[in-house]
Amino acid sequence: MAGRYKEGVENIPIEQIADALFPEVILTTVDDFLNWGRSWSVWYLLFATACCGIELMQFGGPRTDADRIGSVFRATPRQADLMIVAGTITYKMASRVKLLYEQMAEPKYVISMGACANCGGPFWYSYSVLRGIDKVIPVDFYIAGCPPRPEALLQGVIEVQKKIKKEKYLRAKKSEAGG
Amino acid sequence: MEGIENIYTYLKGKFGEGIGILDKESRDPWFEVKRENLREVATFLRDDPELGFTYLVAITGVDYSKFVDVDYKGKLCATYILYRLRDSHQLIFKVFVEKEDPVIPSVWDIWRAAEWHEREAFDLVGIKFEGHPDLRRILLPPEWEGHPLLKDYKEPEEYRTPDGYLVVKTHRPDPLRENNESDQK
Amino acid sequence: MSLTRSEEWYLNMGPHHPSTHGVLRFVVKSDGEVIDEVKPDIGFLHRGIEKIAERLEYNQIIPYYDRVDYLAAFNASWSYVMAVEKLLGIEVPPRAEYIRVILGELNRIISHLISVGSFALDMGAVTPFTWAIREREVVNDIFEMVTGSRLTYNFPRIGGVYQDVPEGFREKVLQFCEYFPPKLKEFNDLITYQKIFIHRLANVAVITPEQAIAFGLTGPNLRGSGIKYDLRKNRPYSVYSEFEFDIPVGTGEAGTLGDAYDRYMVRIREMEESCKIIKQAIEKMPDGPVRAKVPRKLKPPVGDVYAATEAPRGELGVHLISDGSSRPYRMKIRTGSFAAMSIVNEVSHGLMIADLVALIGSLDVIAPEIDR
Repeated sequence: MAGRYKEGVENIPIEQIADALFPEVILTTVDDFLNWGRSWSVWYLLFATACCGIELMQFGGPRTDADRIGSVFRATPRQADLMIVAGTITYKMASRVKLLYEQMAEPKYVISMGACANCGGPFWYSYSVLRGIDKVIPVDFYIAGCPPRPEALLQGVIEVQKKIKKEKYLRAKKSEAGG
Repeated sequence: MEGIENIYTYLKGKFGEGIGILDKESRDPWFEVKRENLREVATFLRDDPELGFTYLVAITGVDYSKFVDVDYKGKLCATYILYRLRDSHQLIFKVFVEKEDPVIPSVWDIWRAAEWHEREAFDLVGIKFEGHPDLRRILLPPEWEGHPLLKDYKEPEEYRTPDGYLVVKTHRPDPLRENNESDQK
Repeated sequence: MSLTRSEEWYLNMGPHHPSTHGVLRFVVKSDGEVIDEVKPDIGFLHRGIEKIAERLEYNQIIPYYDRVDYLAAFNASWSYVMAVEKLLGIEVPPRAEYIRVILGELNRIISHLISVGSFALDMGAVTPFTWAIREREVVNDIFEMVTGSRLTYNFPRIGGVYQDVPEGFREKVLQFCEYFPPKLKEFNDLITYQKIFIHRLANVAVITPEQAIAFGLTGPNLRGSGIKYDLRKNRPYSVYSEFEFDIPVGTGEAGTLGDAYDRYMVRIREMEESCKIIKQAIEKMPDGPVRAKVPRKLKPPVGDVYAATEAPRGELGVHLISDGSSRPYRMKIRTGSFAAMSIVNEVSHGLMIADLVALIGSLDVIAPEIDR
């Protein structure tokens, strides 16, 4: 923190003063505060195309319970922060994937779930399957498996949370605006 | 009426030349129906009280161009699988056409299920069903070129949506390709 | 009153729509709320399994069948191995058949659970879905214990199954048979006999028996229209002729015969029947090998074969054409969902737009089965 010492109170860190005066007050940066809020409300777009979609359902179901880390499904891309591409994407579908991604509001994250979304998986030899969604949209995390277990997907969302917590969101925006 | 041979003889007596060969060697025996007689035979198969095959299971489009040496090698074929629901009797018959003239009369009004099965056979194998009300591609996007289940189908180099919104290269290494020598062993 | 004017317009539904069960698209032509015509646009999940199969050996194809119908992966791959066994004339050991029946029926239960659960979800009730998923996880554990996988099992093999069931399987399955019926009753009390739910579905999207046969509907959709046709009884395969069970059919108990509620009820009752079959099978299960002796390189005779099992979504048939080599010359997959989708346009004329969701949900279609 830049202003560690306040005028008139010599050599006492501001945190100690705050702790002494108002024990229920937490001091933090605005970035950390925003990221804290964002990381515990990662709402994902319900985008289930194939087998992985069932594990995605069970990810939101009672055992894995994505709700406990603040993730709930949204049916529309406008309200979602995270796009979990669960399942095979064919060429016929690929343009829709791109469109849905573009409809999401910034900042947005993408998890590629399962072998098909990662690279085509068992359908590598198919004439109609897109071999990896990273050819169409940028991907943050890849989850291996055919299909991955819901626990693996939960870990993926936790990784997204970690990524969000590290971001300097406000400062990045300022520098972008300045430059 | 039971047994493919009885049905074959019965139909042969009725339609004569309209019924072609009978393949008894096949695990599920089948017989051939000439395409000129397809609609009459189909209506008869459905409506005759002895036969009564009211239920169409599937139509399989087949490209026989790389098959073993048989009379119908090199032809396209639509295979019709039928059920009689009252005793679950199964019947398979085939209609062969030349590759240059892949036209078969549609039976969509005889078995309504055929409407989509014929569209699928058109999409994947390229058989044109004459008289079909809505013969367009069903599984592949409308701008797709070629019929992928033909034996000489070549995949395109790239996929492009008509409006140019998405362009993807489709090329990838293929260790299973037929001319790959390491695979032959 | 002449100020009110009606005009036809088009509504696009899908391919990314929460109630279309996967990626389906419907182009709905409607006059206000009343549907005139629905054009289903399918193929968003067409993965070309039939073409891939032509370059693979017979036993390499089994995992692809898990992905044809991922909700009932076992039933789907069972169809395929049955077709190859029929082609080669392989006798399957009885213990393997019993294991197949038990796992197949368990798979039917969890598939129907997703079906009825997500149907209720489409109709606006969230809790039944969560409850159904909870019950599903119990069976998932059993499958994980036997096959090592939760969804795509890759367990049947040509001539049997991959391996014998582990220790404790019998107890776990019997425990489930005790556990499940009361839970199903709870589920029924929650939603099935709920007045609002019944009123929502009765007389909606009626499929007459004649239509059902003409369009080649199978499985619960055909039986929902009152036709008692089930491959397990009518063309008995495996060891199904040794068990006693009923085939539930629609009776029009809430409204008209063949409405959405009838199809829903058939699935609920089938789960009870499946429980009965599992109990009998586990009691009768003989000892012995679980896999017949099958050569590594299969060389089937030239010719056609068609084999089908009664999967949760109806007849899942496999039409194989062999040219005598170790790879199938042509493989065609016949699925219940494909037939069910073809009837949508016929039935939806005159429905309200909200009832279209009820129709699709009650047909229980899933995208990979339609598109393959």
